[in-house]
Amino acid sequence: MEKHLKVSAIKDGTVIDHIPTKALFKVIKILKLEDCIQMVTFGNNLDSKAMGRKAIIKIANRFFADEEVNKIALVAPNAKLNTIRDYKVIEKRVVETPKEIIGIVNCFNPVCITNAEKITTRFEVLSHKPIALKCFYCEKITNENEMVFY
Amino acid sequence: MNAKSLISITDFTQDEYLKIMRLAEDFEANPNQKLLQGKVIATLFFEPSTRTRLSFETAINRLGGKIIGFSDSSSSSVSKGETLHDTIKMVSNYADMIIMRHPMEGSARYASEVSSVPVINAGDGANQHPSQTLLDMYSIIKTQGSLDNINLFLVGDLKYGRTVHSLLMAMLQFNNPIFNFIAPPELAMPNEYKIHLKSKGIRYFEHAEFTDIINEADIIYMTRVQKERFIDPVEYEKVKNVYILRNEMLKNTKENMRILHPLPRINEIHTDVDSNPKAYYFTQAKNGVFTRMAIIAHLLNLK
Repeated sequence: MEKHLKVSAIKDGTVIDHIPTKALFKVIKILKLEDCIQMVTFGNNLDSKAMGRKAIIKIANRFFADEEVNKIALVAPNAKLNTIRDYKVIEKRVVETPKEIIGIVNCFNPVCITNAEKITTRFEVLSHKPIALKCFYCEKITNENEMVFY
Repeated sequence: MNAKSLISITDFTQDEYLKIMRLAEDFEANPNQKLLQGKVIATLFFEPSTRTRLSFETAINRLGGKIIGFSDSSSSSVSKGETLHDTIKMVSNYADMIIMRHPMEGSARYASEVSSVPVINAGDGANQHPSQTLLDMYSIIKTQGSLDNINLFLVGDLKYGRTVHSLLMAMLQFNNPIFNFIAPPELAMPNEYKIHLKSKGIRYFEHAEFTDIINEADIIYMTRVQKERFIDPVEYEKVKNVYILRNEMLKNTKENMRILHPLPRINEIHTDVDSNPKAYYFTQAKNGVFTRMAIIAHLLNLK
């Protein structure tokens, strides 16, 4: 049977696969792909054996450092990254939740100083599943269901 | 952060706690030591707190330092819309140390990042007030001779009270503490602290009211049960008189037992306790001056 790609292949670049469908646009935002001048294609609600439904993003001619891509772990903890050269996958990576989250999530505490002044938020990751983030400033814990992204 | 600051009680190591205790004892014996001569200390109180400000300012005066600052934000450039960032940048160019109270949580940590001089957190909203904890510890070591093997009773609002949470965390640095919590269910010690105690194998007991159990106490640490903490006013009415300590309840308590309270007190310690030698809360407040002298001297490497 002929294999047909729902999101067309790229010659060189990065494919981010196994993104939860609800996290697609958050991943785009976190990686600042709105500002990317390269070709970005994505698909959502694609069939997935492992996830039922998933999203995928392909970014031509862009390659990501670990610390850059680990930022998406908060919303897509099982995402996989394939580095593509000349249409071939030359490297596969999984994202890892960093110990510290800088400048991605707002602190849920309305009286935290980070919500009053222009301060880049900083959190220590206390737990990965479910996610619990301790604010470096107010020391309150932001839980997964309270996370608001920048 | 360019200078050593005191923002949260967990910023200090056990050695530093003990150094503060030793220095406080030294300052209590010799309260007028002009270590801050020629230095300027800023006390920035973005919200009023008479007790804490006077305690710090007394400490600075006893050390021979000069004070600049304000006692509430309406008399500062904050009322013109200046950011905390800019206020701290400016003041850290003027002063050798900043002592600040601010209503926003995390404000002191942020100030310590912006400032080129040490910052002491004199209260950032409901978050931290580490000098209170250190003066509580000084009061314990002074009255009990040690910070080890203390049976500590925490009474009242254990849910929201930052002083009891900080004191609990600090006492965990010492050997064999026992905790007894006396609080209504609405204001019980949060689970995160109980889980933490369990994980460290520390003994704790919970009680819904005062009983003869207090006869085992080394320290009874009283706090206010505040009406505004209750969603249902009927619930407050039910418990408001349950957590009042009276003199007659103290007759079988241990000789060494002392009663602490961060003050202000409303009615949770009956005035008939005041004349009991086990009442220690006013001396505790006095200890605050020596402890704050010790914190300042330590952070500025004067001792």
